[in-house]
Amino acid sequence: MLERESNLKAWLYLAPALLLLSVFTFYPLFNSFYLTFLVGYNYLKPDKIFEAYTLVGNFKEVLSDKLFHQALKNTVVIVFVSVPISVIVSLLIAVALNGIKKLQGTFQTIFFLPYVTNAIAVGMAFAFIFNTNYGLVNQFLGWFGMDPVKFVTLGATWGTSMIALLVYTIWGGLAFKIMVFLAGLQNIDKQYYDAAKVDATPRSRVLRRITIPLLSPMIAYITITSFIGAFKAYRTVIGMFGASLAPPGLLPKDSLITIVGYIYSYIYDTAPGAISIAAAAAVILFVITLVFTFIQMWVSKKRVHF
Amino acid sequence: MEIRLENITKIFQAKDKTETVAVNSFDLTIPSGKLVGLLGPSGCGKSTTLYMIAGLLEPNNGKIYFGDEDVTDMSPEHRGIGLVFQNYALYPHMTVRQNIMFPLENIKVPKDEALVMAQDMADLVGIGELMNRKPRQLSGGQQQRVAIARALVKKPRVLLLDEPLSNLDARLRLQTREEIKRIQRETGITTIFVTHDQEEAMSISDEIVLMELGLKHKFLGTPPINIFNGEIKKGTLMFNDFKIGPHDGADGECVIGIRPEGFTVVKEKGKIEMEVAYVETIGRDTTLVFEYKAPADFEELEAEGVNTKEVSDEPVEIKMVTKTFKVIVDASYKFKPGDVVNLDVKSNKLYVFNKDTGEYI
Ligand SMILES: Nc1ncnc2c1ncn2[C@@H]1O[C@H](COP(=O)(O)OP(=O)(O)OP(=O)(O)O)[C@@H](O)[C@H]1O
Ligand SMILES: [Mg+2]
Repeated sequence: MLERESNLKAWLYLAPALLLLSVFTFYPLFNSFYLTFLVGYNYLKPDKIFEAYTLVGNFKEVLSDKLFHQALKNTVVIVFVSVPISVIVSLLIAVALNGIKKLQGTFQTIFFLPYVTNAIAVGMAFAFIFNTNYGLVNQFLGWFGMDPVKFVTLGATWGTSMIALLVYTIWGGLAFKIMVFLAGLQNIDKQYYDAAKVDATPRSRVLRRITIPLLSPMIAYITITSFIGAFKAYRTVIGMFGASLAPPGLLPKDSLITIVGYIYSYIYDTAPGAISIAAAAAVILFVITLVFTFIQMWVSKKRVHF
Repeated sequence: MEIRLENITKIFQAKDKTETVAVNSFDLTIPSGKLVGLLGPSGCGKSTTLYMIAGLLEPNNGKIYFGDEDVTDMSPEHRGIGLVFQNYALYPHMTVRQNIMFPLENIKVPKDEALVMAQDMADLVGIGELMNRKPRQLSGGQQQRVAIARALVKKPRVLLLDEPLSNLDARLRLQTREEIKRIQRETGITTIFVTHDQEEAMSISDEIVLMELGLKHKFLGTPPINIFNGEIKKGTLMFNDFKIGPHDGADGECVIGIRPEGFTVVKEKGKIEMEVAYVETIGRDTTLVFEYKAPADFEELEAEGVNTKEVSDEPVEIKMVTKTFKVIVDASYKFKPGDVVNLDVKSNKLYVFNKDTGEYI
């Protein structure tokens, strides 16, 4: 009796959240799955909104699309280059920050600034940093007698523009990771370090054998969420190269497109059936991310000390 | 190796510039190969002293010597210290074996050699079968022994134990302290054992150093000395209602220390007249144990969860507890529990300290 009453109460408390979730999460989720099974969907034709059903037709179309291949390639490069580097770099920065006493707060703020700064604005700043004639990067290379490299301007190649994009992506991801790692580091009992000191442990070994294992739950969390985030990369490309998704003059068009960019381009395509292509690509991205996350959770279960 | 602290002072400075004097002009000599108990109430600077010996904290003033070597400015990794922390600080992600081997790997002992040394040490402390467990799969007493093994395995010059028994239940506490004593005897390493339990200090140590909040100390020798809360009244030293003898210290409360062998049995009109609670015979010595009621000490009340910090206007009920003291008598005396014994005190085995400052008076 009492239990049922409290159950009812719990559902009542949850109701507003559930309602919103249903409208904005569950319905779109199921709807996008549904859309993948339709051919020629056109919401401008209410009398005949789609032409036929198909089981795998839309998926086939996506998977054989050259543009999708390009998007997949770019996304994979971004994921597998930027995530490991940014996790390692932010870990090292967090360890260094945790080790200093003076000005720790100041540095913490400096490193956290990118997180509260608009990604598009930062992207524009980075585009300028990588500018051929005025950019800091090329000035710096100039000191070593190197010719200016075209990263983001006319004449940039897929490789150089990808490098610029990766640097920006890595940098943009640092702030949050550093914060999480710092919080984790500050939670590690100082006595472990005292014990290590008394036992004459070299610094690199302290990092390898004590800090990283004790931080491994955080590292696993950050790595998994960063991979998921990187699979969804899009904002960074827009921030750096604008809606063209490529440096000027670089062919093929959209050469830095990502999977999410691909999805967007079909959402805004008004041709009949385009929305189903977008939905199919979204489902493919969802499956890739899901599989990848499961693999990582399985690995971290074996490797992570909780 | 002898350890000597000369005029050691440690002042902690908080962010708001308030200063805490944790240790004040402390002198201490620990003889080589001895197990010395560092006894004092909570907050008197025992851990701080230990960490300064280990090199984890730097004294503001004074010198620390290991033998003839001045180690005051030496970093902890070069001091050759084994330290058992108050809460063990075992690495939670490593197995017992990895924990014990860790100090050896640091000094680049070859793996197979380190394995053997770790196993030997684990066997010595009686956890040889638990090598593959993680610390969280061990009981408090087992964890403590792992910590001791980890501290001992690199053959340190000095072993420091910071209240290692405080997390254990009464029975495990008794058992482990015997074990610590045994391990110390077997290894012969100069050992400092911190505790705020008087009974524990007495039972384990070759010598006891008292640290008071005023941070004076006195050396009290072996076998463990009996400590009484006494009083000087009009030039007479009193313990409960017994007159111990004349004393020229100022009137007031004091701490009386009497060695167990500092008593003589007399036929009648002894200074102390009491019933024997029980009799222990060890070798040629017969130890008589006496029980008496006395107000509980501050720490004992705190240990029972009584709030001693709160000041109240209500009359405070004085809690009486049973305390014991030991008297070593010639084995020719055949006493049994319940016998009333008259005792005199040899004046050269009697020590009187100021209760507040710990100074010998
Ligand atoms: N890092 C620190 N900063 C400021 N004050 C400190 C610090 N460490 C210890 N103290 C102070 O120094 C004094 C001695 O502390 P310490 O830890 O040495 O006491 P202790 O004798 O070991 O006590 P316990 O028996 O409770 O462990 C205490 O008053 C404590 O508040
Ligand atoms: Mg302490």
